[in-house]
Amino acid sequence: MPGGLLGIESLDRIEIETILDRAKTFQPQQSQNRRDMLRGRMIVNLFFEASTRTRTSFEIAAKRLGADAISISASGSSVDKGESLVDTLNTLGAMHPDAIVMRHSASGAPHFLARHLPTPIINAGDGTHEHPTQALLDARTILDRRPTLEGLRVAIIGDIAHSRVARSNMYLLSKFGAHIVLCGPASLLPVELRQIAPGVTLTHDIKDALRGADVIMMLRVQLERQHESAFSSSEYFRFYGLGLEHMSLAKPDAIVMHPGPINRGREISSEVADSQRSVILNQVENGIAVRMAVLERVLSN
Amino acid sequence: MRKLIIRNGRVINPATRLDAVRDVLIEDGKIAGIGEKLHVTGAEKFDAAGLIVAPGFIDMHVHLREPGFEYAETIESGSRAAAAGGFTSICCMPNTSPVNDNATVTSYIIERAEKHAVVNVFPIGAITKNSAGEELAAIGSMVQAGIVAVSDDGRPVMNARVMRRAMETAQSFGIPVIDHCEDLHLSAGGDMHEGLESVRLGLRGIPAASEDVMVARDILLAQLTGARFHVAHISSRHSVEMVAFAKSRGVTVTSEATPHHFALSDGGMPPYDSNYKMKPPLRSDCDVGSVTQGIISGAIDVIATDHAPHPGSEKMQEFEKCPFGVIGLETAIGLALEHLMHPGKISLARLVELFTTGPARVLNLNRGNLAAGAPGDITILDTERAWTYDVNKSASKSRNSPFDGHIFRGGPVATIVNGRIVWSAEQR
Repeated sequence: MPGGLLGIESLDRIEIETILDRAKTFQPQQSQNRRDMLRGRMIVNLFFEASTRTRTSFEIAAKRLGADAISISASGSSVDKGESLVDTLNTLGAMHPDAIVMRHSASGAPHFLARHLPTPIINAGDGTHEHPTQALLDARTILDRRPTLEGLRVAIIGDIAHSRVARSNMYLLSKFGAHIVLCGPASLLPVELRQIAPGVTLTHDIKDALRGADVIMMLRVQLERQHESAFSSSEYFRFYGLGLEHMSLAKPDAIVMHPGPINRGREISSEVADSQRSVILNQVENGIAVRMAVLERVLSN
Repeated sequence: MRKLIIRNGRVINPATRLDAVRDVLIEDGKIAGIGEKLHVTGAEKFDAAGLIVAPGFIDMHVHLREPGFEYAETIESGSRAAAAGGFTSICCMPNTSPVNDNATVTSYIIERAEKHAVVNVFPIGAITKNSAGEELAAIGSMVQAGIVAVSDDGRPVMNARVMRRAMETAQSFGIPVIDHCEDLHLSAGGDMHEGLESVRLGLRGIPAASEDVMVARDILLAQLTGARFHVAHISSRHSVEMVAFAKSRGVTVTSEATPHHFALSDGGMPPYDSNYKMKPPLRSDCDVGSVTQGIISGAIDVIATDHAPHPGSEKMQEFEKCPFGVIGLETAIGLALEHLMHPGKISLARLVELFTTGPARVLNLNRGNLAAGAPGDITILDTERAWTYDVNKSASKSRNSPFDGHIFRGGPVATIVNGRIVWSAEQR
């Protein structure tokens, strides 16, 4: 990945498997030691959108590999002073970092910059498009508990239309032959999603989605961030929230995932979030391991 | 007496159904004769053997950005781009600053054009004051000053009652209402056509329905008022079908299509390339097929470019921040040849019609016909010669074209306005 990592859609299976295998060797149970393969390399974390966990995760991943990581957030920086995206990135590019990790609220912002900058760019979430490292860490988390993704039934529930996590997961899971059931109200579940990747089906009924599921991925609901009310926030949990009573529909060993931060009582009940089924904290752990593997791969040449 | 004789071209004049090798003589800026082997002395000669000689092409949908946005385009630079694209007449939309919503601005544009433009410029006035969609502009005075139509292009009139009054007013003054049909509530926040591609790219969609509901509304209002209603840049299947239906019912509706809407679809956009961002957006392959069908059947009367210059700094941003619009004057004929004529979908005569008698009829312009006494506006084409579009050599001040580097088969060879050669292919 000399050019960076912009999305899952354009990756092939071998590339993904290589990252996931490498990430396994970076898991905490394998070794807590710092590794120094990226000593002397400089990584800039550029977050145009607030993010605590992803930014911290990338910082820790970089530091565990011995790289120097600098984090810049848009608020309080030159971006706040009206500097354009191109100028900001040109300025940073002129400082010759080895990679730029970028989070931006506009879909395609990293793709646009990748066309104009020689520096490899790692997409840490672009608008409502992709969040590739999230899908990789989700796959790592599933594969820690299942031998393969093939044939798994994965329910993704919530605001699919605006979710970059859902898109990246759809692309990844589909490439490995999983059955993906997308669930949400019609206003948050465009019918075109049916054609987005092989193995994708749609339902508006959470019970349909959960029936026989191996993996349940809940998405964060941010009705307040949408441009209009696409669904009544007062009755969202009632129809699309995940409660303990739903769990009997899924496979007995089904796992519950969430990209975080969770809204207890909004899309997921506390009982489920804190239950044995929940692997939310494993996802966070794997986030660092997967990002180490990605940074190593992007910077390896 | 200044004379220009164009020898041995294949003259195509849709108005008289002429398609034959002829000489065309222009004297003092007017067509003086069309015939075989005309005997003329003391005239400048243009050898058009092997070339197509047509009435001057008219682009009825152009944004010249002057006054107010001269950094993007001026009347002069836009007119030079028009000449380089084979157009002898262009109509400029009123969304300048100030908006062309009164006779003073109209007169200013006409004076500037007389001084600086190399092609004929016909202003289009605003429907409402400041194109705010509320109070009607001074339409009658603008007609007296020289506008040929009204439109709130880009900021469509959302209030149906205001549109009704606008149609009634325009009808009283004998001009058409051109509507950029877009329900702004349905399209709000959208960046590209709503469909699989927008979902895939995570970009907010502009549904085809946002165009269709307004086309439907305006057709019904045209029926109610008897006004002439012209659909700007029609792009969706249902809109084309509704226009065809309304025409069959005798409603005075006409429509135009842009080259990009018959040449490109949403799936052809390089990821997040803002040179593919415009309104209406590039739609699905199905819609592109319907637009082409409409051009063949006559539901669509005109090809117009919606030439919309934006400087690089505005297009070099996050996709969602980039303004809508692409330049198109210099590539229109090449695209029409490539996508319509060469594949055999329309004849060369029909192609000429779409650029000449089509817009002339919509706007009641005394142009687009090679008749004795008519203005000496001629477009000379070569349907075969290969050439490459280099946007960095464009006569426009802006560079926002999706066709940079495209190799065309055929295009304009010379542009003659009022008897003077204002551009020829050697300048390309």
